[in-house]
Amino acid sequence: MSFDEVITQLQGLLGAQHVLHRPEDLMLYEYDASVDKGTPGAVVFPSTTEEVAALVRLAHRAEVSVVPRGAGTGLSGGSISRDRGIVIVFTRMNRILEVDVANRRAVVQPGVVNLDLSAAVARYGLYFAPDPSSQKACTIGGNVAENSGGPHTLAQGVTVNHVTGIEVVLGTGEIARFGGKCIDTCGYDVTGYFTGSEGTLGIVTEITVKLVRKAEAVATLLAIYNTVDEGANSVVEITAEGITPTALEMLDGLTLRTVEEATHAGYPMDSGAVLLVELEGLREEVEEQAALVRGVCMRNGAREVRRAKDETERALLWKGRKNAFAAIGRLAPSYYTQDGVVPRSKIPQTLRYIAEVSKKYGLTIANIFHAGDGNMHPAILFDLRDPDQLKRTVAAGADILAYCVSLGGSITGEHGVGMEKNALMPLLFNETDLDVMHRLHDAFNPGVLNPQKVFPTPRSCRETGSASLPPELRRRP
Amino acid sequence: MSTTPDMDVATTASQFTTKDRPTWDLYSRCIHCGLCLNQCPTYRVLGREADSPRGRIYQVLLVDEGRLKLADEVVTHIDRCLGCLACQTACPSGVQYGKILERARTEIETNYQRSWLTEKLRRYFYGSVLHRFDKLASVAKLVRFYQRSGMQTLARSSGLLKLMGTQELDALSPRIDDDFFFREIGNVYPAVGERRGRVAFLAGCVASVAFAELNRATIRVLTRNGVEVLVSQGQTCCGALHAHGGYLEKARELARKNIDAMMADGIDAIVTNAAGCGAMMKEYGELLEHDAEYQLKARRFAAQVRDVNEYLAEIGLRAPKKKIAGRVTYQDPCHLAHGQGVRSAPRELLKAAGLELVEMERADDCCGSAGTYNVTQNELSMKILDAKMENVAAVEPEIVATANVGCMLQLRAGLERKKMKARVMHVIEVLDEVY
Ligand SMILES: Cc1cc2nc3c(=O)[nH]c(=O)nc-3n(C[C@H](O)[C@H](O)[C@H](O)COP(=O)(O)OP(=O)(O)OC[C@H]3O[C@@H](n4cnc5c(N)ncnc54)[C@H](O)[C@@H]3O)c2cc1C
Ligand code: SF4
Ligand code: SF4
Repeated sequence: MSFDEVITQLQGLLGAQHVLHRPEDLMLYEYDASVDKGTPGAVVFPSTTEEVAALVRLAHRAEVSVVPRGAGTGLSGGSISRDRGIVIVFTRMNRILEVDVANRRAVVQPGVVNLDLSAAVARYGLYFAPDPSSQKACTIGGNVAENSGGPHTLAQGVTVNHVTGIEVVLGTGEIARFGGKCIDTCGYDVTGYFTGSEGTLGIVTEITVKLVRKAEAVATLLAIYNTVDEGANSVVEITAEGITPTALEMLDGLTLRTVEEATHAGYPMDSGAVLLVELEGLREEVEEQAALVRGVCMRNGAREVRRAKDETERALLWKGRKNAFAAIGRLAPSYYTQDGVVPRSKIPQTLRYIAEVSKKYGLTIANIFHAGDGNMHPAILFDLRDPDQLKRTVAAGADILAYCVSLGGSITGEHGVGMEKNALMPLLFNETDLDVMHRLHDAFNPGVLNPQKVFPTPRSCRETGSASLPPELRRRP
Repeated sequence: MSTTPDMDVATTASQFTTKDRPTWDLYSRCIHCGLCLNQCPTYRVLGREADSPRGRIYQVLLVDEGRLKLADEVVTHIDRCLGCLACQTACPSGVQYGKILERARTEIETNYQRSWLTEKLRRYFYGSVLHRFDKLASVAKLVRFYQRSGMQTLARSSGLLKLMGTQELDALSPRIDDDFFFREIGNVYPAVGERRGRVAFLAGCVASVAFAELNRATIRVLTRNGVEVLVSQGQTCCGALHAHGGYLEKARELARKNIDAMMADGIDAIVTNAAGCGAMMKEYGELLEHDAEYQLKARRFAAQVRDVNEYLAEIGLRAPKKKIAGRVTYQDPCHLAHGQGVRSAPRELLKAAGLELVEMERADDCCGSAGTYNVTQNELSMKILDAKMENVAAVEPEIVATANVGCMLQLRAGLERKKMKARVMHVIEVLDEVY
């Protein structure tokens, strides 16, 4: 089947207005929030599960790849088509189908925006717990695919802990349902297996999620340090003391200054690091733990520990943290964020290593991270206009991730592997491991869904954002 | 490197030619994180990248790279932008979307051929009507004749409007005043009681023919709060519609006129009751940054500009004489909230007047009015309005307050569409009732 024929059939399936195929429209789906690029051959906007299934079957027959896409806030190129395939966008499947207050569940379509769900159930005192920093834009379908976490992952867990059921369209075009509103399901935990599979096993078309009740009391503390080390040591000690914060986030000096400029969250401009600690629970328990945290921070050299007086102050402190990533865009024309994980106790030495990498490669690195989980987000700043910097950036990133793995950690905590880190998978898995995963993959997806992602491919060349080159440096055909 | 083959949409060089072109420094700030997407009303309704802030910026980049022609498609997506600047508020990376948009529109006006009729209308409107108060008055008189002579009633009842597809446009157009505000230009209104301030007041172009009463109310509220008001002679339209429409040079010309006319010695502020005018005048400094003669004056002018809400909240209201009761919800005008960051002042004033303020969801989402948008992009504007009205209805207000005339008209149309009963009022009108 020629690609033109595929387009005609897609138009027949969905209606012509829901199929994009002209170059000027396709170029707008060649990016996501990562540095990767690739233009699709078609972009489609289905409105029902049946339509999704029909178009996957069509793709299967035509041997064209299919890539699901939520809001395109992914940081590993997951929603980018590498081989001019069909991108499926879920902006028309964005309804909250059911809110079951008694059982604290919601059934949603994949295109529902994370924060929109929390807003919709706020009147019942409930919210959806996974809170990636991109939550005002990213979709729940994307969250499931990436098994996204956020600052509150420490206490609440990642997306997989909040999904109890899914409906999926497999790579064959079959529609299958796993799990439901109850937690206990018999048989294999397929729901869990799909969560985090980055759209390589199936397309999620409906999701049943848990809703969580807001805590009775919340304390949000901001500890201010002169050095990153003092902050990192506090993190190790807080958890060693048996305190269980719901969030434990750290920003280094460079990051916090940028964030402060962007959001006026109240982070002191002259400090070396800030630690954001949140405690939730019953009133007495929260007060007790807040006192303990304050003690630990002061002992480890904090200049000051502030506490949010009310919801407005709390929101402001969080606004700083949630906008941290994108605020780094103010520092340099481009940045490349890593997502390495290390055991909590190894955070101080990892930070020192990152500082060495920064010196070695001559690149500025800003650090923001989910300290409680040991999930590091060093952002390497570079200027795309300088090809040498780009090369050094990629090398520095790989260097940091290799170090994380050598400490018993991982190459990704929450941003996924996608097309960005698939070449690094052998750092974590040997051939047998990868082979087992491959066999699982093939059982659900014989091939058309999101190819050349997650698994290392022989030709995993990096495609980086040449689109942002300034006019004088562009290569003309 | 990117592997996209250059196709027939591509050209080899940038399509931008003017000195006001969007520059790499401006658009490369966008790291395509997507955090702005869900705040964009057109993306929320249409669900397409091309109609999102990120997509619009990317199209500008593609045109500048020579990968995309400055043709119908790009223009359509840029035309559909409300210019509400919600994306600018949402953007953590500090992208100056408003500037990129203005510059893209300037390029479009220079390098893209619109249909003959549209072109003529646009040139007439931007080129001579808005800022020539004499012409504006004659056009307004014509519309007034249509509205009062029975022709409107006839057109409405005969189904003619429906036939022409202009029914909604008709409902949205402001009722032209019987008594224009132009005669008051040049007047000085003394403060009542002890004088607490002295301001220059911008009458505005459309406001002067369609909202003259609001201007008078603004002056009453100010003077009754101890402020002397000068309606400076020689002032003109602020230039916002020109700048947003892609006529930056014209906007500069008007800015210079206003600077000359309004910067009287001894004033504390330059006050306006229109959010769009305030946002524009606060940008005069940047607008004239390359004008050796005016650059300094422009910056000083800009620093003195205050929205009337902002100014009143700053000096503090006198104790109101009367009370007004009821449930009010407040719609943030885009150019006040996103454009100027003024959010709390109008809310404080409403509470000070005695109203019970109930916040609706997404109060700072655009209502779809956006200057001339509800006329030029009527269908989309109505979809955006309907989404807004859902949130308004949910809090069951007796009064829907806002602080910009364009939003007032749109919200009135929204209430009518939803068959809801509530009063739409400018914050100033609320205050006018209690002083
Ligand atoms: C500023 C910023 C901050 C971020 N912070 C965090 C953070 O704190 N924690 C975190 O975990 N992530 C974070 N991210 C990454 C990203 O936002 C998350 O991975 C998010 O879950 C992606 O959602 P999306 O809707 O944008 O998905 P997309 O980017 O569109 O897609 C992501 C992946 O999901 C797949 N996919 C999408 N929809 C479906 C579906 N219905 N079925 C199957 N597969 C699907 C895609 O194929 C792709 O592989 C951040 C990103 C940015 C830009
Ligand atoms: S939030 Fe800012 S940086 Fe991110 S995509 Fe939107 S405009 Fe670009
Ligand atoms: S100005 Fe408003 S309509 Fe235009 S891109 Fe930004 S958010 Fe969307």
